[in-house]
Amino acid sequence: MRIVVDLNKCQGYAQCVPLAPQVLRLLGEEALTYDPNPDDEQRRRVLRAAAACPVQAILVETRIPDDADPVT
Amino acid sequence: MRTASLVADLVETFRAEGRIVIVGASLAGLRAAEALRERGFHGSLTLIGDEPHEPYDRPPLSKQVLQGWVGADHTALPRMGAVDAEWRLGVAATGLDRVNRRVLLATGDTVPYDRLLITTGVRARPWPNPAEGALRGVFTVRTREDAAGLQAALNADPKRVLVVGSGFIGSELASVCRERGVPVTVAERGGGPLIGPLGGVIGDIAARMQRGAGVDLRTGVSVRSLDGDSDGRVRRACFSDGTTLDVDVVVASLGSIRNVEWLQGAGLAAGFWGVGCDAGCRAFDINGVVTDNIFVAGDVARQPHVLYEYQFISMEHWDNAVCGAQVAANNMISLETERRPHLPLPSFWSAQFGVNIKGVGVCSFGDEIAFTQGCPEDYRFAAVYGRRGRIVGAVTFDHGKWLPYYAAMIERSAPFPPPPPGYDRPADPAPVPARFPDPRVPTGIPDVVLTGHDPTSRGAEFH
Repeated sequence: MRIVVDLNKCQGYAQCVPLAPQVLRLLGEEALTYDPNPDDEQRRRVLRAAAACPVQAILVETRIPDDADPVT
Repeated sequence: MRTASLVADLVETFRAEGRIVIVGASLAGLRAAEALRERGFHGSLTLIGDEPHEPYDRPPLSKQVLQGWVGADHTALPRMGAVDAEWRLGVAATGLDRVNRRVLLATGDTVPYDRLLITTGVRARPWPNPAEGALRGVFTVRTREDAAGLQAALNADPKRVLVVGSGFIGSELASVCRERGVPVTVAERGGGPLIGPLGGVIGDIAARMQRGAGVDLRTGVSVRSLDGDSDGRVRRACFSDGTTLDVDVVVASLGSIRNVEWLQGAGLAAGFWGVGCDAGCRAFDINGVVTDNIFVAGDVARQPHVLYEYQFISMEHWDNAVCGAQVAANNMISLETERRPHLPLPSFWSAQFGVNIKGVGVCSFGDEIAFTQGCPEDYRFAAVYGRRGRIVGAVTFDHGKWLPYYAAMIERSAPFPPPPPGYDRPADPAPVPARFPDPRVPTGIPDVVLTGHDPTSRGAEFH
């Protein structure tokens, strides 16, 4: 699955971290770092983490569009 | 009345059957494509990108990827909607024929358009000596391949890494090296890290932070040459002060070059600082006349900003790519009265040495700085930048929750220095000179550039 965190929005509340600790981590006191393409088995945890974010900074790809694999 | 309805009909027809081509298939290009579809564009859409990958996110490359946590091929951007586009990836655009409305490709193909969006972004400035730059172990960090190569080099436990340049990327690289326990030297031609975007006062703090973390930071020196061994692998760096250093990895973080070469001869206002456009993302031609059918967004755009005396600003910020793309998309398929301006309050972040550095506004527009909260010695503070008695930017170290407060002040041009907060007061809140380097000095190239009112006012060299 794919996510991106808008780190301008992120305020380092870290509500997401305990909900998906394999995907979202805190560096120091307030710098969030994350795995942008975590395993699909993390999906439920990531969705809960995204929902828990007070500023809604975590964008989750909810479905893979039909044209997700561009033809080169 | 009749003309108005004709134009409205035209826009409706364009939305239904027009042809839009987006050159540049990274963050801005993808978000623009999604926004076009979301806003009701049903015509044909083509995305052209010189990299062979679908759009991926770059900020993690210098952080999570180099830390070794995330693979370089694991930063693909989430899709926020179907774009139903024809993708031409791994093919560079090489020319623009505005008269016949065609984009020329490296393959010799041409792609016709009714409206064009330019999102070609920037590339890493390469090591100036091509033979030295070709040595194994010499890297830049911009693409997925760059990051994969550097990640592998760091995994091989290098004896010493040399980072040349200490803007945000260079400083993040130095931080990653220390986190991984790799000895690292940073060579900075200017007075200290981050002075381009944040000035010398913050640069002094960043320098202390780097040295405290064990970085061998050398300021006021440049790297004269790199020596390789008989296998073509980098072994030694020679500095301008006559000293040498044994290294096995060198990372050039020398800022970026805007990808405008393909526009040569097209008659657009394209040059060193990007492609000039209005606040609605419509490109200017070389005479400063706004075009009707060519739009620009992302790192390659250079546009005037009302908050900064209408100076043209080039912004290499993630936010600028996302918001600019959405505005450009809207304006490409809207009537005049529905067009929106792209007037972002610039925002950025950088994580390094365990500290979250964030900022809003254009700090380098200011000439003074005042600490407003926290303690600079502990790398926990907020500071604001002022110019002529008003606030123009703010930076925080581990004080990010306060940024919206400062952003609101910048938006309303609040007085500088601001009144002291009720608590968490800094020991010395008095404004001092912010000490930004002369913008014409080719060091500390910031990722937001006030490019002046006219093409020559910042000494830019145009192609």
